[in-house]
Amino acid sequence: MKEIVNLPVSKPEEEEYHINMGPQHPSTHGVLRLLVSLQGEIVKNLKPHCGYIHRGIEKMCEKDTYPQIIHLTDRMDYLSSHINNHAVCLLVEKALEIEVPERVQYIRTIMDELTRIQSHQLWWASFGMDLGGLTCFFYGLRDREMILDIWEETTGSRFLQSYNCPGGVMQDIHPNFQKKVHVFLKTFKKKIKDYEKILSGNVIFEQRSKGVGMLTKEDAISYGITGPSGRGSAWSCDIRKTEPYSMYSKVHFNEVLRYECDSYSRYMVRMQEMYESMNIIEQLIDNIPAGDYAARMKAVIKLPAGEYYQRVESARGELGVYVVSDGNKTPYRMKFRTPSFTNLSVLDHLSRDMKIADLVAIGGSLDLVIPDIDR
Amino acid sequence: MDNTNLKARILEIVPDAQQEENKQYLTLLVPAAKLHELAVKLKTTADLSFDFLFCLSGVDYGKQLAVIYHLNSTRHKHYIVLKVKTDDRVNPNFDTVCDIWRTAEFHERETYDMFGIRFNNHPDLRRIFLDEDWKGYPLRKDYVDEVNIVEF
Repeated sequence: MKEIVNLPVSKPEEEEYHINMGPQHPSTHGVLRLLVSLQGEIVKNLKPHCGYIHRGIEKMCEKDTYPQIIHLTDRMDYLSSHINNHAVCLLVEKALEIEVPERVQYIRTIMDELTRIQSHQLWWASFGMDLGGLTCFFYGLRDREMILDIWEETTGSRFLQSYNCPGGVMQDIHPNFQKKVHVFLKTFKKKIKDYEKILSGNVIFEQRSKGVGMLTKEDAISYGITGPSGRGSAWSCDIRKTEPYSMYSKVHFNEVLRYECDSYSRYMVRMQEMYESMNIIEQLIDNIPAGDYAARMKAVIKLPAGEYYQRVESARGELGVYVVSDGNKTPYRMKFRTPSFTNLSVLDHLSRDMKIADLVAIGGSLDLVIPDIDR
Repeated sequence: MDNTNLKARILEIVPDAQQEENKQYLTLLVPAAKLHELAVKLKTTADLSFDFLFCLSGVDYGKQLAVIYHLNSTRHKHYIVLKVKTDDRVNPNFDTVCDIWRTAEFHERETYDMFGIRFNNHPDLRRIFLDEDWKGYPLRKDYVDEVNIVEF
């Protein structure tokens, strides 16, 4: 019998091949394309391709006045639109050396924390859904609705509020505002227990997120991973603590830090932050002082020539606004250092040699918002 | 470390650095050739240890193109802003700092995309938002786009 010749057989598990995850993929949460190199189901490297919804906000800012720019910042990170507005307003007020009334500072801080809660609720909803728990999506969106209703009454808008303006806020809070916030806090304190029951102690969820996407503190600092993702790696990077603005220096709250450095610890940071945000709101909501809801500003706002920088803590990390002004009513150059953009840069590092299913968990735990990356 | 000491320390490393006026942060204009050497020392020297590059931006000052580095030390809580400028608008280039701060990799790609500033030794210098065949650099002041930019 003729001997069988061993022909070279290609083994699929040794061959590297590429797949495109996105631009239309449920777990990328928007139009982001990840070009993933795989060996079997192990991720060898990945290259993010962004720019599908790049709108050139920084270029548009060079033609717009400062009050107009505020409306553009809503469209960057649409889940922390109020905090984005706040950053631009703080920068203008710092440059013009304007004292805003205390009432404004209270309102802004409460609104910021409501923003943080609803952003984390939506993140919790989609993170659960990414890992196969569809219940989370309905629970998260249902509870978020209450905050949107509160905003609708006061700001007139549910999503992109543009409620801040240089010197204060656009209009005073609605008479029902405090009552409704109290109802929300009372309700959500019960509901968040359900959140914990569904995901936090869930065996399947723990196995999919514990030990997945390890990010050391040194790497977090070097990659500039701020916000809950950075604090999940034990890096104390909360701007509300390091450079307090508005009421944050006067309220008591803990900076949530976790030391496990994996996806689960990033998850736990956000869960704990919702409690801390509720804690901050409780300290402020009954003590909003009477007074004006905006300081008097000139009709045309011109920043003195110079360079200014303002950092705030948005729901996904540090938001930086950098302005070069030449003394005109429009900025000469405006740069937004957005948290999702820098957080995206670590995705390749975290997902190497992990399974492709883990990539979904890692991406979800970083809480990327695509318009915030593309701007 | 306060700004006076900080400035003195940096002038030891780069004697021809110039201070620029800024109320918020200590801002120093550094010669481009010395940038990488200074950056390594800022990161590794124990009493400086600038380990967090929190912003990297390009600016077109008309005649000159500049890159601005906002640095923070998470240990000592001090800040510094470095600025490098070039007159060369045809082929502007600086040394990369992404071997020192990994976050610079994406920021430098963005600066290349929008200003056409090249970063030497960058591992993957491609456009990040726009297509590879896009003509021009949109955030430069002399960029012309008759279709999309309407002048009032």
